[in-house]
Amino acid sequence: MCGIAGLIHRGKSSNVGEELQNMLQALKHRGPDSTGYALYANNDGQNFIMRFKVGENVGEGSTSVNEDESVYDERKKLVDKKLSDLGATIMKEEKLTPYSYRYEIKYGKDLMWFSKAIESIESVEILSIGKSLELIKDLGDAITVSERYGLNKVQGTHGIGHARMATESGVDIKSAHPFWGYPFADVSVVHNGQLTNYWNNRRALENKGMRFMSECDSELIAVFLAEKMRDGATLEEGMKQSLTGLDGVFTYFVATKDSLGMAKDTMAAKPLVLYESDDLVAMGSEEIAIRSILPQEIDTYDPFDGEVKVWQI
Amino acid sequence: MANLKTSSKKTKAQSMGMHTEVLTGKTQQKFFNPDEAENFFYWGTHKVDFNKRTELDVKDMDCKEANNKIDELMSEGYGTIVIKNPQGKHSLGVGILNKLNLIFEGSLGYFGVGSIDGPIVTVNGRVGWSCAENMMAGKVVIEKNAGSCFGAAIRGGDLICKGSVGARTGIDQKGGSIVVAGDAGAFTGFMMQRGRIVILGDVGINLGDSMYDGTIYVGGKIGSFGSDAVEAPMTKNDIEWLTRKLKVAEIGNNVNLSKMTKVVAGKKLWNYDALEPTERKGAI
Repeated sequence: MCGIAGLIHRGKSSNVGEELQNMLQALKHRGPDSTGYALYANNDGQNFIMRFKVGENVGEGSTSVNEDESVYDERKKLVDKKLSDLGATIMKEEKLTPYSYRYEIKYGKDLMWFSKAIESIESVEILSIGKSLELIKDLGDAITVSERYGLNKVQGTHGIGHARMATESGVDIKSAHPFWGYPFADVSVVHNGQLTNYWNNRRALENKGMRFMSECDSELIAVFLAEKMRDGATLEEGMKQSLTGLDGVFTYFVATKDSLGMAKDTMAAKPLVLYESDDLVAMGSEEIAIRSILPQEIDTYDPFDGEVKVWQI
Repeated sequence: MANLKTSSKKTKAQSMGMHTEVLTGKTQQKFFNPDEAENFFYWGTHKVDFNKRTELDVKDMDCKEANNKIDELMSEGYGTIVIKNPQGKHSLGVGILNKLNLIFEGSLGYFGVGSIDGPIVTVNGRVGWSCAENMMAGKVVIEKNAGSCFGAAIRGGDLICKGSVGARTGIDQKGGSIVVAGDAGAFTGFMMQRGRIVILGDVGINLGDSMYDGTIYVGGKIGSFGSDAVEAPMTKNDIEWLTRKLKVAEIGNNVNLSKMTKVVAGKKLWNYDALEPTERKGAI
Protein backbone atom coordinates (compact mmCIF):
# COMPACT_ATOMS: atom_id res chain seq x y z
CA MET A 1 0.00 0.00 0.00
CA CYS A 2 2.59 2.61 1.15
CA GLY A 3 1.98 6.19 2.21
CA ILE A 4 3.61 9.28 0.77
CA ALA A 5 3.67 12.84 2.00
CA GLY A 6 5.22 16.08 0.87
CA LEU A 7 5.15 19.78 1.63
CA ILE A 8 6.70 22.97 0.38
CA HIS A 9 6.79 26.35 2.09
CA ARG A 10 6.81 29.18 -0.39
CA GLY A 11 8.86 32.19 0.56
CA LYS A 12 9.94 30.97 4.00
CA SER A 13 11.58 28.18 5.96
CA SER A 14 10.03 26.02 8.62
CA ASN A 15 10.72 22.99 10.75
CA VAL A 16 10.16 20.65 7.79
CA GLY A 17 11.77 17.75 9.64
CA GLU A 18 9.15 17.71 12.37
CA GLU A 19 6.31 18.50 9.97
CA LEU A 20 7.18 15.62 7.67
CA GLN A 21 7.70 13.33 10.66
CA ASN A 22 4.16 14.07 11.84
CA MET A 23 2.71 13.59 8.37
CA LEU A 24 4.44 10.24 7.88
CA GLN A 25 3.58 9.02 11.35
CA ALA A 26 -0.10 9.66 10.54
CA LEU A 27 0.36 7.33 7.55
CA LYS A 28 2.10 4.60 9.51
CA HIS A 29 -0.76 2.14 8.94
CA ARG A 30 -0.07 2.34 5.19
CA GLY A 31 3.57 1.32 5.51
CA PRO A 32 5.10 -0.10 8.68
CA ASP A 33 8.32 -1.54 7.23
CA SER A 34 10.51 1.49 6.63
CA THR A 35 10.35 5.27 6.51
CA GLY A 36 12.30 7.70 4.40
CA TYR A 37 12.76 11.45 4.31
CA ALA A 38 14.13 13.78 1.68
CA LEU A 39 14.49 17.12 3.45
CA TYR A 40 15.68 20.27 1.73
CA ALA A 41 17.51 22.00 4.53
CA ASN A 42 18.89 25.46 5.09
CA ASN A 43 22.50 24.48 4.42
CA ASP A 44 25.10 27.06 3.42
CA GLY A 45 25.21 25.72 -0.14
CA GLN A 46 29.01 25.75 -0.26
CA ASN A 47 29.68 22.04 -0.07
CA PHE A 48 28.00 18.86 -1.18
CA ILE A 49 26.18 16.82 1.45
CA MET A 50 26.74 13.15 0.78
CA ARG A 51 24.73 10.62 2.74
CA PHE A 52 25.78 7.03 2.25
CA LYS A 53 25.57 3.63 3.85
CA VAL A 54 28.21 0.97 4.14
CA GLY A 55 25.85 -1.80 5.22
CA GLU A 56 22.27 -2.53 6.13
CA ASN A 57 20.12 -2.30 9.20
CA VAL A 58 19.80 -5.93 10.21
CA GLY A 59 17.37 -5.28 13.04
CA GLU A 60 14.02 -6.92 13.60
CA GLY A 61 12.03 -7.38 10.38
CA SER A 62 14.97 -6.79 8.10
CA THR A 63 15.55 -9.13 5.16
CA SER A 64 19.23 -8.16 4.98
CA VAL A 65 22.10 -10.50 5.68
CA ASN A 66 23.71 -10.03 9.08
CA GLU A 67 27.32 -8.81 8.86
CA ASP A 68 29.99 -8.23 11.47
CA GLU A 69 30.08 -4.50 12.19
CA SER A 70 33.84 -4.45 11.69
CA VAL A 71 33.29 -4.64 7.92
CA TYR A 72 31.48 -1.30 8.12
CA ASP A 73 34.61 0.43 9.42
CA GLU A 74 36.69 -1.19 6.69
CA ARG A 75 34.31 0.02 4.02
CA LYS A 76 34.25 3.50 5.50
CA LYS A 77 38.04 3.63 5.24
CA LEU A 78 37.79 2.58 1.59
CA VAL A 79 35.29 5.38 0.97
CA ASP A 80 37.64 7.93 2.56
CA LYS A 81 40.51 6.73 0.41
CA LYS A 82 38.38 6.81 -2.72
CA LEU A 83 37.31 10.37 -1.95
CA SER A 84 40.90 11.37 -1.59
CA ASP A 85 41.78 9.69 -4.90
CA LEU A 86 38.93 11.56 -6.58
CA GLY A 87 40.23 14.90 -5.31
CA ALA A 88 37.32 15.44 -2.92
CA THR A 89 37.96 17.01 0.46
CA ILE A 90 35.98 15.92 3.50
CA MET A 91 35.01 19.10 5.35
CA LYS A 92 32.93 17.42 8.03
CA GLU A 93 31.89 13.86 8.78
CA GLU A 94 29.26 12.36 11.04
CA LYS A 95 28.66 8.73 11.87
CA LEU A 96 24.90 8.47 12.29
CA THR A 97 24.48 4.74 12.84
CA PRO A 98 26.99 1.89 12.60
CA TYR A 99 26.15 1.64 8.90
CA SER A 100 25.40 5.19 7.71
CA TYR A 101 27.28 8.46 7.42
CA ARG A 102 26.79 12.08 6.51
CA TYR A 103 29.75 13.84 4.89
CA GLU A 104 30.17 17.41 3.82
CA ILE A 105 32.62 17.38 0.95
CA LYS A 106 34.22 19.87 -1.37
CA TYR A 107 34.14 18.53 -4.91
CA GLY A 108 33.83 20.26 -8.27
CA LYS A 109 33.88 17.59 -10.97
CA ASP A 110 31.48 15.14 -12.63
CA LEU A 111 29.03 13.59 -10.15
CA MET A 112 28.26 10.49 -12.19
CA TRP A 113 31.92 9.52 -12.36
CA PHE A 114 32.26 10.33 -8.68
CA SER A 115 29.24 8.22 -7.69
CA LYS A 116 30.33 5.24 -9.75
CA ALA A 117 33.72 5.28 -8.10
CA ILE A 118 32.31 5.41 -4.56
CA GLU A 119 29.69 2.76 -5.23
CA SER A 120 32.28 0.42 -6.73
CA ILE A 121 33.15 -0.38 -3.09
CA GLU A 122 31.25 -3.48 -1.97
CA SER A 123 27.89 -2.75 -0.26
CA VAL A 124 28.42 1.01 -0.33
CA GLU A 125 25.47 3.02 -1.60
CA ILE A 126 25.19 6.77 -1.87
CA LEU A 127 21.74 7.67 -0.59
CA SER A 128 21.98 11.23 -1.83
CA ILE A 129 24.26 14.00 -2.96
CA GLY A 130 23.18 17.60 -2.96
CA LYS A 131 23.78 21.01 -1.51
CA SER A 132 20.48 21.14 0.34
CA LEU A 133 19.12 17.57 0.10
CA GLU A 134 19.31 15.45 3.25
CA LEU A 135 18.02 11.99 2.35
CA ILE A 136 17.50 9.59 5.22
CA LYS A 137 15.85 6.20 5.12
CA ASP A 138 15.82 3.29 7.49
CA LEU A 139 13.65 0.57 8.95
CA GLY A 140 10.93 1.58 11.38
CA ASP A 141 8.15 4.13 11.57
CA ALA A 142 8.50 7.88 11.10
CA ILE A 143 9.23 8.73 14.71
CA THR A 144 11.73 5.88 15.11
CA VAL A 145 13.72 6.99 12.06
CA SER A 146 13.41 10.67 12.92
CA GLU A 147 14.74 10.10 16.44
CA ARG A 148 17.53 7.83 15.19
CA TYR A 149 18.80 10.54 12.83
CA GLY A 150 17.75 13.67 14.74
CA LEU A 151 15.43 14.94 12.02
CA ASN A 152 12.78 16.75 14.00
CA LYS A 153 14.90 19.88 14.26
CA VAL A 154 15.77 20.18 10.57
CA GLN A 155 14.83 23.61 9.25
CA GLY A 156 14.18 23.91 5.54
CA THR A 157 11.80 24.83 2.77
CA HIS A 158 10.38 21.54 1.57
CA GLY A 159 10.53 17.78 1.74
CA ILE A 160 9.00 14.50 0.69
CA GLY A 161 8.68 11.25 2.59
CA HIS A 162 7.53 7.68 2.40
CA ALA A 163 6.14 5.04 4.74
CA ARG A 164 6.78 1.72 3.03
CA MET A 165 4.95 -1.56 2.99
CA ALA A 166 7.35 -3.86 1.13
CA THR A 167 5.61 -5.68 -1.71
CA GLU A 168 7.96 -5.83 -4.69
CA SER A 169 11.29 -6.26 -2.90
CA GLY A 170 12.86 -6.86 0.49
CA VAL A 171 12.59 -5.01 3.79
CA ASP A 172 15.91 -3.19 3.65
CA ILE A 173 17.30 0.31 3.34
CA LYS A 174 18.30 -0.02 -0.28
CA SER A 175 14.67 -0.72 -1.29
CA ALA A 176 13.27 2.00 0.94
CA HIS A 177 12.20 5.35 -0.45
CA PRO A 178 13.02 8.13 -1.25
CA PHE A 179 15.28 7.38 -4.17
CA TRP A 180 17.96 9.79 -5.17
CA GLY A 181 17.73 10.97 -8.80
CA TYR A 182 21.25 9.74 -9.58
CA PRO A 183 23.42 11.44 -10.74
CA PHE A 184 21.62 14.76 -10.27
CA ALA A 185 22.34 16.67 -7.11
CA ASP A 186 19.32 17.43 -4.93
CA VAL A 187 16.76 15.28 -6.81
CA SER A 188 14.61 12.77 -4.90
CA VAL A 189 11.50 10.68 -5.57
CA VAL A 190 8.86 8.81 -3.53
CA HIS A 191 6.20 6.58 -5.01
CA ASN A 192 2.99 4.80 -4.05
CA GLY A 193 1.92 2.06 -6.45
CA GLN A 194 3.31 -0.67 -8.68
CA LEU A 195 5.06 -0.35 -12.02
CA THR A 196 4.47 -3.17 -14.47
CA ASN A 197 7.04 -2.35 -17.15
CA TYR A 198 9.93 -2.11 -14.71
CA TRP A 199 12.25 -4.65 -16.31
CA ASN A 200 11.77 -3.41 -19.88
CA ASN A 201 12.48 0.15 -18.78
CA ARG A 202 15.35 -0.90 -16.53
CA ARG A 203 17.12 -2.81 -19.29
CA ALA A 204 16.69 0.11 -21.70
CA LEU A 205 17.95 2.65 -19.17
CA GLU A 206 20.90 0.53 -18.07
CA ASN A 207 21.90 0.27 -21.73
CA LYS A 208 21.96 4.07 -21.73
CA GLY A 209 24.34 4.13 -18.77
CA MET A 210 21.86 4.76 -15.96
CA ARG A 211 22.36 3.09 -12.58
CA PHE A 212 19.98 1.04 -10.42
CA MET A 213 20.88 0.13 -6.85
CA SER A 214 17.85 -1.93 -5.84
CA GLU A 215 15.22 -4.17 -7.37
CA CYS A 216 12.44 -1.94 -6.10
CA ASP A 217 10.19 -0.91 -9.00
CA SER A 218 9.84 2.59 -7.59
CA GLU A 219 13.51 3.33 -8.22
CA LEU A 220 12.63 3.29 -11.90
CA ILE A 221 10.81 6.62 -11.54
CA ALA A 222 13.91 8.38 -10.22
CA VAL A 223 16.08 6.87 -12.95
CA PHE A 224 13.48 7.54 -15.64
CA LEU A 225 13.27 11.23 -14.69
CA ALA A 226 17.03 11.55 -14.33
CA GLU A 227 17.52 10.18 -17.84
CA LYS A 228 14.98 12.62 -19.28
CA MET A 229 16.64 15.53 -17.47
CA ARG A 230 20.07 14.35 -18.64
CA ASP A 231 18.72 14.58 -22.18
CA GLY A 232 17.60 18.17 -21.62
CA ALA A 233 13.99 17.87 -20.45
CA THR A 234 12.78 20.04 -17.61
CA LEU A 235 11.49 18.31 -14.50
CA GLU A 236 7.88 18.96 -15.50
CA GLU A 237 8.48 17.70 -19.06
CA GLY A 238 10.06 14.54 -17.69
CA MET A 239 7.14 13.99 -15.36
CA LYS A 240 4.63 14.40 -18.19
CA GLN A 241 6.56 11.87 -20.27
CA SER A 242 6.41 9.46 -17.33
CA LEU A 243 2.62 9.27 -17.61
CA THR A 244 2.98 7.24 -20.80
CA GLY A 245 6.51 5.90 -20.33
CA LEU A 246 5.67 4.19 -17.05
CA ASP A 247 3.03 1.49 -16.99
CA GLY A 248 1.11 0.55 -13.88
CA VAL A 249 -0.50 2.48 -11.08
CA PHE A 250 1.27 5.31 -9.39
CA THR A 251 1.17 8.54 -7.52
CA TYR A 252 4.64 9.94 -7.02
CA PHE A 253 6.36 13.06 -5.73
CA VAL A 254 9.64 14.44 -6.94
CA ALA A 255 11.64 17.21 -5.32
CA THR A 256 14.58 19.30 -6.42
CA LYS A 257 16.49 21.98 -4.56
CA ASP A 258 13.84 24.58 -5.31
CA SER A 259 10.71 22.70 -6.37
CA LEU A 260 8.23 19.99 -5.53
CA GLY A 261 6.11 18.07 -8.03
CA MET A 262 3.41 15.40 -8.13
CA ALA A 263 2.17 13.08 -10.85
CA LYS A 264 -0.79 10.73 -10.90
CA ASP A 265 -1.30 7.89 -13.38
CA THR A 266 -4.02 8.02 -16.02
CA MET A 267 -6.31 5.68 -14.08
CA ALA A 268 -5.97 7.63 -10.83
CA ALA A 269 -5.64 4.31 -9.08
CA LYS A 270 -3.60 5.57 -6.16
CA PRO A 271 -4.81 8.16 -3.68
CA LEU A 272 -3.59 11.68 -3.17
CA VAL A 273 -5.08 14.56 -1.22
CA LEU A 274 -3.75 18.04 -1.78
CA TYR A 275 -3.90 21.31 0.11
CA GLU A 276 -2.66 24.46 -1.58
CA SER A 277 -2.42 28.00 -0.22
CA ASP A 278 -0.28 31.01 -1.11
CA ASP A 279 2.52 30.04 1.25
CA LEU A 280 2.16 26.29 1.72
CA VAL A 281 1.43 23.19 -0.34
CA ALA A 282 0.93 19.97 1.61
CA MET A 283 -0.09 16.62 0.21
CA GLY A 284 -0.35 13.03 1.24
CA SER A 285 -1.94 9.68 0.56
CA GLU A 286 -4.61 10.50 3.11
CA GLU A 287 -6.03 13.70 4.50
CA ILE A 288 -4.99 12.77 8.03
CA ALA A 289 -1.39 13.39 6.98
CA ILE A 290 -2.22 17.00 6.16
CA ARG A 291 -4.36 17.32 9.28
CA SER A 292 -1.39 16.37 11.40
CA ILE A 293 0.18 19.74 10.58
CA LEU A 294 -2.96 21.75 9.78
CA PRO A 295 -5.65 20.74 12.28
CA GLN A 296 -7.90 23.67 11.41
CA GLU A 297 -10.63 23.29 8.79
CA ILE A 298 -9.09 23.61 5.31
CA ASP A 299 -10.08 22.98 1.71
CA THR A 300 -8.41 19.96 0.13
CA TYR A 301 -8.97 18.06 -3.09
CA ASP A 302 -7.92 14.98 -5.03
CA PRO A 303 -5.90 15.75 -8.17
CA PHE A 304 -7.42 14.08 -11.22
CA ASP A 305 -6.07 11.26 -13.37
CA GLY A 306 -3.02 12.10 -15.46
CA GLU A 307 -2.38 15.30 -13.53
CA VAL A 308 1.13 16.73 -13.12
CA LYS A 309 1.86 19.73 -10.90
CA VAL A 310 5.09 21.45 -9.93
CA TRP A 311 5.52 24.17 -7.28
CA GLN A 312 8.50 26.41 -6.63
CA ILE A 313 9.72 27.55 -3.22
CA MET B 1 -42.97 -9.06 -5.23
CA ALA B 2 -42.47 -5.77 -6.92
CA ASN B 3 -44.49 -5.58 -10.11
CA LEU B 4 -42.03 -4.62 -12.79
CA LYS B 5 -44.52 -5.47 -15.51
CA THR B 6 -46.52 -2.27 -14.98
CA SER B 7 -46.58 -0.79 -18.43
CA SER B 8 -46.37 2.87 -17.43
CA LYS B 9 -43.34 2.19 -15.25
CA LYS B 10 -41.79 0.12 -18.00
CA THR B 11 -42.22 2.85 -20.61
CA LYS B 12 -40.78 5.46 -18.28
CA ALA B 13 -37.84 3.32 -17.29
CA GLN B 14 -37.10 2.36 -20.87
CA SER B 15 -37.14 5.97 -21.98
CA MET B 16 -34.46 6.65 -19.39
CA GLY B 17 -32.36 3.70 -20.49
CA MET B 18 -33.12 1.60 -17.42
CA HIS B 19 -33.39 -2.12 -16.89
CA THR B 20 -37.01 -3.32 -17.02
CA GLU B 21 -37.18 -7.07 -17.46
CA VAL B 22 -38.65 -9.28 -14.76
CA LEU B 23 -35.95 -11.16 -12.90
CA THR B 24 -36.36 -14.91 -12.70
CA GLY B 25 -34.45 -18.05 -11.81
CA LYS B 26 -31.13 -17.44 -10.10
CA THR B 27 -31.62 -13.71 -10.05
CA GLN B 28 -35.10 -13.82 -8.51
CA GLN B 29 -35.43 -11.29 -5.70
CA LYS B 30 -37.69 -11.27 -2.69
CA PHE B 31 -38.87 -7.98 -1.29
CA PHE B 32 -40.01 -6.78 2.09
CA ASN B 33 -43.66 -7.56 2.69
CA PRO B 34 -45.44 -4.69 4.50
CA ASP B 35 -48.10 -7.12 5.74
CA GLU B 36 -45.47 -8.68 7.97
CA ALA B 37 -44.03 -5.40 9.23
CA GLU B 38 -44.99 -6.05 12.85
CA ASN B 39 -42.80 -9.18 12.85
CA PHE B 40 -39.89 -7.37 11.30
CA PHE B 41 -36.91 -6.44 13.46
CA TYR B 42 -34.00 -4.55 11.98
CA TRP B 43 -31.02 -5.29 14.21
CA GLY B 44 -28.94 -2.31 15.25
CA THR B 45 -31.62 0.35 14.90
CA HIS B 46 -32.86 2.88 17.43
CA LYS B 47 -35.94 5.04 17.80
CA VAL B 48 -34.72 8.61 17.81
CA ASP B 49 -36.26 12.06 18.07
CA PHE B 50 -34.98 14.61 15.52
CA ASN B 51 -35.68 17.39 18.00
CA LYS B 52 -33.37 15.87 20.56
CA ARG B 53 -29.98 17.35 19.65
CA THR B 54 -26.47 16.92 20.96
CA GLU B 55 -22.84 17.58 20.02
CA LEU B 56 -19.95 15.14 20.07
CA ASP B 57 -16.30 16.23 19.87
CA VAL B 58 -14.28 13.37 18.35
CA LYS B 59 -10.93 15.18 18.30
CA ASP B 60 -9.31 12.76 20.73
CA MET B 61 -11.24 9.65 19.72
CA ASP B 62 -10.35 6.98 17.20
CA CYS B 63 -13.04 5.96 14.73
CA LYS B 64 -14.22 2.98 16.77
CA GLU B 65 -14.69 5.08 19.89
CA ALA B 66 -16.47 7.78 17.90
CA ASN B 67 -18.82 5.32 16.18
CA ASN B 68 -19.62 3.58 19.45
CA LYS B 69 -20.41 6.96 21.00
CA ILE B 70 -22.73 7.85 18.10
CA ASP B 71 -24.49 4.52 18.60
CA GLU B 72 -24.79 5.20 22.31
CA LEU B 73 -26.30 8.63 21.67
CA MET B 74 -28.83 7.14 19.25
CA SER B 75 -29.78 4.53 21.85
CA GLU B 76 -30.51 7.46 24.20
CA GLY B 77 -32.90 8.83 21.58
CA TYR B 78 -30.82 11.65 20.13
CA GLY B 79 -32.01 12.24 16.57
CA THR B 80 -29.73 15.15 15.67
CA ILE B 81 -26.04 14.66 16.36
CA VAL B 82 -23.39 17.23 15.46
CA ILE B 83 -19.87 15.83 15.19
CA LYS B 84 -17.13 18.33 16.00
CA ASN B 85 -13.49 18.02 14.84
CA PRO B 86 -13.68 14.92 12.64
CA GLN B 87 -10.31 16.07 11.23
CA GLY B 88 -10.17 13.66 8.31
CA LYS B 89 -10.53 10.52 10.40
CA HIS B 90 -11.50 7.36 8.52
CA SER B 91 -14.69 5.31 8.77
CA LEU B 92 -16.71 7.78 10.81
CA GLY B 93 -20.50 7.42 10.89
CA VAL B 94 -20.58 3.94 9.34
CA GLY B 95 -23.32 1.34 9.70
CA ILE B 96 -26.13 3.64 10.86
CA LEU B 97 -29.36 1.83 10.06
CA ASN B 98 -32.05 4.22 11.29
CA LYS B 99 -33.29 7.72 10.66
CA LEU B 100 -30.88 10.27 12.05
CA ASN B 101 -29.81 13.80 11.32
CA LEU B 102 -26.02 13.55 11.42
CA ILE B 103 -23.91 16.66 10.84
CA PHE B 104 -20.13 16.64 10.55
CA GLU B 105 -18.51 20.01 11.26
CA GLY B 106 -15.38 19.29 9.21
CA SER B 107 -13.92 16.73 6.85
CA LEU B 108 -13.93 12.94 6.79
CA GLY B 109 -11.24 10.52 5.66
CA TYR B 110 -11.82 7.23 3.87
CA PHE B 111 -15.03 5.17 4.01
CA GLY B 112 -17.02 7.90 5.74
CA VAL B 113 -20.70 7.07 6.39
CA GLY B 114 -20.39 3.69 4.67
CA SER B 115 -23.09 0.99 4.80
CA ILE B 116 -25.78 3.33 6.07
CA ASP B 117 -29.50 2.75 5.72
CA GLY B 118 -31.59 5.81 6.38
CA PRO B 119 -29.79 8.76 7.99
CA ILE B 120 -29.59 12.25 6.59
CA VAL B 121 -25.94 13.24 6.68
CA THR B 122 -24.35 16.62 6.07
CA VAL B 123 -20.58 16.98 5.84
CA ASN B 124 -19.49 20.61 6.06
CA GLY B 125 -16.13 19.74 4.60
CA ARG B 126 -14.48 17.25 2.30
CA VAL B 127 -14.63 13.45 2.21
CA GLY B 128 -11.94 10.95 1.25
CA TRP B 129 -12.18 7.78 -0.81
CA SER B 130 -15.29 5.59 -0.86
CA CYS B 131 -17.69 7.94 0.88
CA ALA B 132 -21.09 6.30 1.53
CA GLU B 133 -19.95 2.97 0.11
CA ASN B 134 -22.82 0.47 0.10
CA MET B 135 -25.39 3.05 1.20
CA MET B 136 -28.88 1.52 1.16
CA ALA B 137 -31.02 4.58 1.85
CA GLY B 138 -30.87 8.11 3.18
CA LYS B 139 -29.34 11.33 1.99
CA VAL B 140 -25.71 12.39 2.19
CA VAL B 141 -24.65 15.93 1.29
CA ILE B 142 -20.98 16.87 0.98
CA GLU B 143 -20.42 20.62 0.96
CA LYS B 144 -16.87 20.51 -0.50
CA ASN B 145 -14.91 18.00 -2.61
CA ALA B 146 -14.89 14.23 -2.47
CA GLY B 147 -12.20 11.66 -3.20
CA SER B 148 -12.28 8.66 -5.52
CA CYS B 149 -14.88 5.87 -5.47
CA PHE B 150 -17.54 8.29 -4.29
CA GLY B 151 -20.70 6.24 -3.75
CA ALA B 152 -19.08 2.91 -4.57
CA ALA B 153 -21.69 0.14 -4.78
CA ILE B 154 -24.52 2.23 -3.36
CA ARG B 155 -27.90 0.53 -3.56
CA GLY B 156 -30.18 3.44 -2.80
CA GLY B 157 -30.53 6.93 -1.42
CA ASP B 158 -29.24 10.28 -2.59
CA LEU B 159 -25.53 11.09 -2.51
CA ILE B 160 -24.72 14.70 -3.28
CA CYS B 161 -21.39 16.48 -3.62
CA LYS B 162 -21.37 20.24 -4.04
CA GLY B 163 -17.72 20.27 -5.12
CA SER B 164 -15.77 17.94 -7.43
CA VAL B 165 -15.18 14.21 -7.06
CA GLY B 166 -12.29 11.89 -7.89
CA ALA B 167 -12.05 8.84 -10.12
CA ARG B 168 -14.43 5.87 -10.28
CA THR B 169 -17.43 7.73 -8.90
CA GLY B 170 -20.36 5.31 -8.68
CA ILE B 171 -18.22 2.26 -9.35
CA ASP B 172 -20.41 -0.84 -9.12
CA GLN B 173 -23.43 1.33 -8.31
CA LYS B 174 -26.55 -0.79 -7.87
CA GLY B 175 -29.19 1.86 -7.29
CA GLY B 176 -29.88 5.30 -5.87
CA SER B 177 -28.54 8.51 -7.29
CA ILE B 178 -25.27 10.39 -7.16
CA VAL B 179 -25.29 14.11 -7.96
CA VAL B 180 -22.11 16.14 -8.35
CA ALA B 181 -22.06 19.89 -8.87
CA GLY B 182 -18.45 20.02 -10.10
CA ASP B 183 -16.20 17.77 -12.15
CA ALA B 184 -15.56 14.03 -11.89
CA GLY B 185 -12.45 11.98 -12.65
CA ALA B 186 -11.76 8.96 -14.85
CA PHE B 187 -13.93 5.83 -14.97
CA THR B 188 -17.06 7.51 -13.62
CA GLY B 189 -19.82 4.89 -13.46
CA PHE B 190 -17.34 2.04 -13.95
CA MET B 191 -19.31 -1.25 -14.02
CA MET B 192 -22.44 0.42 -12.66
CA GLN B 193 -25.49 -1.82 -12.65
CA ARG B 194 -28.42 0.36 -11.74
CA GLY B 195 -29.17 3.85 -10.53
CA ARG B 196 -28.25 7.27 -11.89
CA ILE B 197 -25.25 9.54 -11.79
CA VAL B 198 -25.45 13.26 -12.53
CA ILE B 199 -22.24 15.23 -13.11
CA LEU B 200 -22.87 18.89 -13.84
CA GLY B 201 -19.24 19.61 -14.74
CA ASP B 202 -16.69 17.77 -16.85
CA VAL B 203 -15.81 14.08 -16.56
CA GLY B 204 -12.53 12.29 -17.26
CA ILE B 205 -11.72 9.41 -19.54
CA ASN B 206 -13.57 6.10 -19.84
CA LEU B 207 -16.96 7.35 -18.70
CA GLY B 208 -19.34 4.47 -17.96
CA ASP B 209 -16.75 1.83 -18.78
CA SER B 210 -18.34 -1.66 -18.81
CA MET B 211 -21.58 -0.40 -17.32
CA TYR B 212 -24.33 -3.02 -17.21
CA ASP B 213 -27.21 -0.64 -16.79
CA GLY B 214 -28.20 2.65 -15.21
CA THR B 215 -27.90 6.16 -16.59
CA ILE B 216 -25.26 8.87 -16.41
CA TYR B 217 -25.98 12.52 -17.17
CA VAL B 218 -23.09 14.89 -17.87
CA GLY B 219 -23.34 18.66 -18.11
CA GLY B 220 -19.78 19.42 -19.25
CA LYS B 221 -17.11 17.87 -21.43
CA ILE B 222 -16.50 14.13 -21.55
CA GLY B 223 -12.88 12.92 -21.66
CA SER B 224 -13.89 9.75 -23.50
CA PHE B 225 -16.52 7.04 -23.40
CA GLY B 226 -15.59 3.70 -21.85
CA SER B 227 -16.26 0.30 -23.35
CA ASP B 228 -19.92 -0.21 -24.21
CA ALA B 229 -21.02 3.21 -22.90
CA VAL B 230 -23.17 4.95 -25.50
CA GLU B 231 -24.97 8.25 -25.81
CA ALA B 232 -28.77 8.16 -25.68
CA PRO B 233 -31.37 10.85 -26.44
CA MET B 234 -32.63 12.95 -23.56
CA THR B 235 -36.36 12.53 -23.03
CA LYS B 236 -39.03 14.50 -21.22
CA ASN B 237 -38.85 11.98 -18.38
CA ASP B 238 -35.12 12.58 -18.04
CA ILE B 239 -35.65 16.34 -17.78
CA GLU B 240 -38.39 15.88 -15.20
CA TRP B 241 -36.31 13.55 -13.12
CA LEU B 242 -33.24 15.81 -13.30
CA THR B 243 -35.30 18.86 -12.37
CA ARG B 244 -36.67 17.10 -9.32
CA LYS B 245 -33.36 15.60 -8.28
CA LEU B 246 -31.38 18.84 -8.61
CA LYS B 247 -34.01 20.61 -6.57
CA VAL B 248 -33.56 18.02 -3.82
CA ALA B 249 -29.80 18.47 -4.11
CA GLU B 250 -30.16 22.27 -4.04
CA ILE B 251 -27.67 22.69 -6.89
CA GLY B 252 -27.65 23.35 -10.62
CA ASN B 253 -30.24 26.12 -10.77
CA ASN B 254 -28.76 27.54 -13.95
CA VAL B 255 -28.05 24.31 -15.79
CA ASN B 256 -29.65 23.82 -19.20
CA LEU B 257 -30.81 20.25 -18.66
CA SER B 258 -31.73 19.63 -22.29
CA LYS B 259 -28.10 20.23 -23.26
CA MET B 260 -26.81 17.53 -20.93
CA THR B 261 -25.37 14.32 -22.38
CA LYS B 262 -27.09 11.13 -21.40
CA VAL B 263 -25.04 7.94 -21.33
CA VAL B 264 -26.36 4.38 -21.02
CA ALA B 265 -25.05 0.84 -21.53
CA GLY B 266 -24.78 -0.35 -25.12
CA LYS B 267 -25.25 -3.89 -23.78
CA LYS B 268 -22.88 -5.45 -26.28
CA LEU B 269 -20.29 -6.79 -23.88
CA TRP B 270 -19.60 -10.48 -23.32
CA ASN B 271 -21.44 -10.59 -20.01
CA TYR B 272 -24.81 -10.29 -21.73
CA ASP B 273 -24.21 -13.72 -23.31
CA ALA B 274 -24.33 -15.21 -19.80
CA LEU B 275 -27.77 -13.83 -19.00
CA GLU B 276 -30.77 -16.05 -18.61
CA PRO B 277 -33.16 -16.15 -21.59
CA THR B 278 -35.66 -13.61 -20.28
CA GLU B 279 -32.90 -11.19 -19.40
CA ARG B 280 -31.10 -11.74 -22.68
CA LYS B 281 -34.23 -10.66 -24.50
CA GLY B 282 -34.00 -7.27 -22.88
CA ALA B 283 -30.30 -6.95 -23.47
CA ILE B 284 -30.24 -7.54 -27.22
